[in-house]
Amino acid sequence: MKGWNWEGFFEYLTNYYLLEGALITLGLTVFAMTAGLFIGFFVAMMRMSRYKILSAPANFYIWIFRGTPLLVQLIIIYTGLPQIGIKFTVIQSTLLGLALCEAAYLAEIIRAGISAVPTGQVNAARAIGMRESQVMRYVVAPQALRIIIPPLGNSVNSVLKTTSIASIISMEELLRRTQVLIQEKFLVLELFTVAALYYLAMTTAWELIQRRIEKRFGKAYGPMSVDAH
Amino acid sequence: MQEQTKMIELQSVNKWYGPSFQVLKNCSLTVGKGEVVVICGPSGSGKSTLIKCVNALEPIGNGRITVTGVEVSDPKTDMPKLRSKVGMVFQHFELFPHMTILENLCVGQEKVLGRSPKEALVKANALLERVGLTDHAKKYPSQLSGGQQQRVAIARALAMDPVAMLFDEPTSALDPEMINEVLDVMVALAHEGMTMMVVTHEMGFARKVADRIVFMDGGEIVEIGGGDSFFDNPQTERAKSFLSKILAH
Repeated sequence: MKGWNWEGFFEYLTNYYLLEGALITLGLTVFAMTAGLFIGFFVAMMRMSRYKILSAPANFYIWIFRGTPLLVQLIIIYTGLPQIGIKFTVIQSTLLGLALCEAAYLAEIIRAGISAVPTGQVNAARAIGMRESQVMRYVVAPQALRIIIPPLGNSVNSVLKTTSIASIISMEELLRRTQVLIQEKFLVLELFTVAALYYLAMTTAWELIQRRIEKRFGKAYGPMSVDAH
Repeated sequence: MQEQTKMIELQSVNKWYGPSFQVLKNCSLTVGKGEVVVICGPSGSGKSTLIKCVNALEPIGNGRITVTGVEVSDPKTDMPKLRSKVGMVFQHFELFPHMTILENLCVGQEKVLGRSPKEALVKANALLERVGLTDHAKKYPSQLSGGQQQRVAIARALAMDPVAMLFDEPTSALDPEMINEVLDVMVALAHEGMTMMVVTHEMGFARKVADRIVFMDGGEIVEIGGGDSFFDNPQTERAKSFLSKILAH
């Protein structure tokens, strides 16, 4: 038995290579959320369309990407697709997989948020002459945004941790770099503990940010507000 | 009625919910410029549906609706543009909860009519003064009482300089003590010559300002009468029975 190596633990805790890995994890999260929100918004709009030609592909997309593990999706994109001549680098595969998978989840969150805005609000906006895009932009979206902020915050937390799956296709994020460093001195427990602490620090920081955002958006309804209606 | 004085015209309007339930049956009605028409009738008679069809918030089955001569049901009609000329007040106010009172009054002016923020603000403040809510300009709708919110909603509609106003049970969701403050604004509006279609159960208001009363039952316009004559001398049994129920005490 080797026991716990404090010296090694602290050395890795401040290791530049790992810190950079954490930053890459952060970058992947920001990208997955941004791209996911963008794609997810359009998928949600398609899904809510009364035209089947739009809603059916959206339903199919959501069904596939929510119904299969990200791990499998990444392996198909990175190692499977080259077989039919479609080649992506590790980074491209990771970004693509994360964005597409996250978009499927976010589309459902966005759809729920938009549906939760009362029809009366839409009618009121139309009644003053707003065009459909203006109804969405000035009346529905701001109210839907407030509704989806809590689940959106949970998604960020979840994506932060989910990015570690990309290590399987050798994407050099936090977990992959941890595994690489283990080859140095085989300080398995110390290194994985350091990685866990990094993840914990990032999710905790996000939780604090999320609380502030929720407070800010709640304020727009006034101090006496119980709920929108 | 002269052609140029017609503001709103409904010709044989039919509407169905689903394949079998007919909510509007052959409804025809002309509202002249400056006229106040009150629509009453038992609940489920199609009053609210009828008024929502006028600015196409509800589609009609067949028939024809024109507003200022423009056909509402024509797919080529620029509906948003037409709606911006017809103010609408809803039972549940429908102020935008994420905007202050002033923002509620300005958003349509700026985004739909293209007025400058300064121009919109002048108009908004004038209207707030008119409905007696100047002190509440910076508040959010949730901080106002129902009566106050409905007055803001009327001001929001008026901010668009509408040629006609539609009221869909504007006082039904209000506590009794707040009904009059809203009706007062509506009476003043009627006296200024605004063309109004009002769905309401407030028979006192109807008697005071309505040029004509439209009585609906089961999706049909059963009777159209002048203000006093409808109340004093209803022509149909259905109107008589309706009036005896609501005026009994």
